[in-house]
Amino acid sequence: MKTLMLGNEAIARGAWEAGVRVATAYPGTPSTEVTEYIAQYKEIDAEWSVNEKVALEVAIGASVAGARAVCTMKHVGLNVAMDPLLSISYPGVNAGLVVVVADDPGQHSSQNEQDTRYFGMAGKLPVLEPSDSRECRDFMIRAFEISEEFDTPVIVRTTTRVAHAYGLLEPGGRMDVPLREYDSRFGKYMVAPAFSRRRRVVAEERLGKLREFAETTDLNIYENGSSDTCIITGSIAYQYCREVMPNAGFCKLGLSYPLPERKLKDFCGQHKKVFVVEELEPIFEQHLKALGVPVIGKAKVPVIGELSTEIVRKGLTDTAPEPVSTPFENLPVRPPVLCPGCHHRGPFYVMKKLKLKVAGDIGCYTLTASPPLSIMDTAICMGAGIGMAFGMQKARGKDFAGKSIAVIGDSTFWHSGMTGLVDIVYNRGITTVVILDNSITAMTGHQENPSSGRTLNGESAPALSFADFAKSIGIKHVREVDAFNLKELETVMREELAREEPSVIITKRTCILHPCAVRHFPLKVNPDLCKSCMKCLSIGCPAISFDGDKVKIDQVLCVGCELCAGICPFHAIEKQPRPGGGPA
Amino acid sequence: MKDTTNILIAAVGGQGALLASKILGAFATARGDDVKMSEIHGMAQRGGSVVTHVRFGEKVFSPTIEQGSADVLLAFEMLEAARHAAMLKPGGTVIVNTQTIAPLPVLTNEMPYPADIIGNLKKMNLRVWHTDALDLARRAGHVKTVNTVLIGMYARMTGDPAESWLKVLAENLPPKLYKVNQAAFTAGYNLSPPWTEQE
Ligand SMILES: Cc1ncc(C[n+]2csc(CCOP(=O)(O)OP(=O)(O)O)c2C)c(N)n1
Repeated sequence: MKTLMLGNEAIARGAWEAGVRVATAYPGTPSTEVTEYIAQYKEIDAEWSVNEKVALEVAIGASVAGARAVCTMKHVGLNVAMDPLLSISYPGVNAGLVVVVADDPGQHSSQNEQDTRYFGMAGKLPVLEPSDSRECRDFMIRAFEISEEFDTPVIVRTTTRVAHAYGLLEPGGRMDVPLREYDSRFGKYMVAPAFSRRRRVVAEERLGKLREFAETTDLNIYENGSSDTCIITGSIAYQYCREVMPNAGFCKLGLSYPLPERKLKDFCGQHKKVFVVEELEPIFEQHLKALGVPVIGKAKVPVIGELSTEIVRKGLTDTAPEPVSTPFENLPVRPPVLCPGCHHRGPFYVMKKLKLKVAGDIGCYTLTASPPLSIMDTAICMGAGIGMAFGMQKARGKDFAGKSIAVIGDSTFWHSGMTGLVDIVYNRGITTVVILDNSITAMTGHQENPSSGRTLNGESAPALSFADFAKSIGIKHVREVDAFNLKELETVMREELAREEPSVIITKRTCILHPCAVRHFPLKVNPDLCKSCMKCLSIGCPAISFDGDKVKIDQVLCVGCELCAGICPFHAIEKQPRPGGGPA
Repeated sequence: MKDTTNILIAAVGGQGALLASKILGAFATARGDDVKMSEIHGMAQRGGSVVTHVRFGEKVFSPTIEQGSADVLLAFEMLEAARHAAMLKPGGTVIVNTQTIAPLPVLTNEMPYPADIIGNLKKMNLRVWHTDALDLARRAGHVKTVNTVLIGMYARMTGDPAESWLKVLAENLPPKLYKVNQAAFTAGYNLSPPWTEQE
């Protein structure tokens, strides 16, 4: 029966149908659900790895040991996994190894727009690009076949509009793929130069064979239209083009690296006008131009941002559907905000009060860079804040160290913050580091991490202690503070910043969206005491608003965290007696 | 594609837009249509604007709706209706919940919440159907069923029998949530559009 599936669900389905036994990942939008769906298949051993590099290494180990393995990440995750990825290119695989990478054109939830197709080229690895949910499933199965036939890891690249789109497909059964023998071929997985130089030659030969494969594979589709125009495209751009130019000829590249050069030249030669429509970088376009094929590409479709039907229509036909005119302009924006009762609000409020320079990081807490808190100065890539705070102190000296702080989330600390902390201790830095411990990877939708006490499958696991870790690497000053206790937060921050030694402050509260989080009865503003000083608005809680006269607390949104009550100079924010009595 | 129906859902993170699109998609699938839908997960859901696209018909290519070609806008909140009204084609329909949820610039008193959104929508070349779906949801048993009230209104507009929708609801909701959603759906379904039904 045809089933409506999210692209990421279809990738998971494809992995399962292909007989995958081991799945690893680190969460990241828009890739996260792949692994959450995979976890529902009991035949697959799935894990949230501590970061993408480790995830890929675990998957490589599984492949060498004979199990088909899939490793999933978002595009910037591939940067973290780049060392194992490029290093496993020459050795190749035993059982099939597929790396699923989800790009985010338009930066819906990412720090950049990098194009993963380049990384396939860099690693001499084939790249498959599904354009809808059915292809997500199908291409996963094909990717494993290619991986084993050509002895190569394979990249399956999706984008936001493929990963987070639904489409219909007919689910199949699980293939019977037996565990292969452990691969003990002499030196195959040894990258010492003497071995690796030989594999270098093998990898180049493999690329030649893949080029021949590209010429004949049905992953690439050639459709003749009724016009003398053709479009070279792939991934989601194909879907937009089909709507805009239903009569054009199409070459849809399901295998986007390596390209079928002879076939492409031939196909383009049959048409008067050739458009290349690809999201992000002009990779197909440059390749075709290098082959001497005159094509029109980025001159008509932008390199920045995601494409859409309207952008493709404008670029290729210079037309647009008749618009309905709207009287609405200059509407207030609705950016994402920290939740009422969020763990992060207290620590950042105190940092703002102390006027600190904040080297931040990536997670929900990155929202504190925006008004009204506006306190985070930097967030570059996961884990960067700790090293950057240390670098800033090197540049500006000890005084600056007393006025600046590094802040990082729990998941991000294990991912790539802990090495920065070791660097500070080893190189005799005096940085103060705050670890925001809300016990979960919140931003990507609540994935377990090493301090959650549970695995991806919900099994209990050791909850790693930040305090024990910090002490074990020689940090003498390690403080644990309730993230809602503003007084203590301030005292502790002042003390640790004043110290000419490194220190770690761990702020604790469960993420309010977590099922285990404690929610209290909503608070109320006492209108007799409220002087409308607006101080409570400075914490950016969506439950608090000002109606032009008095401050109000939304009784549906408020979770009674009392942070606002703690900063109100007039004690105007009060607990309410619970209906029916009992403690408030 | 001429025969494709395009429904845009505009909501605030946490209002249940994803479930609503799932129900619409499941209904079209059950009827034998080709279906594509698109949504955005992640950071945008922390109380930000959320938009999902639902498209069905004989053959659907893109999962997103082209600007100016939506047939129906299901707006879960008034400001979001205003923000996305231009996605509709001329003569398109907007079904809007008159609930207001203040966005950050309004909360912090930097900007007023826009006045008379319904009046302005009515000035556009659109059919406008507005109701206090939050109140209907509350009376149906839970404030979180605003999404189902609006689906009920959409179902009423298309004229499909309520039973076929309720069957899809039952298949896509945990059993313990069915009853309240059935009530919410029925509350929406029992309203009638402000235009004559034959129009
Ligand atoms: C290399 C890389 N992998 C994944 C992501 C996606 N991502 C950004 S922050 C983050 C983790 C956030 O968790 P945490 O540090 O615990 O902060 P919280 O959201 O809970 O506040 C993830 C998975 C990314 N930006 N970069």
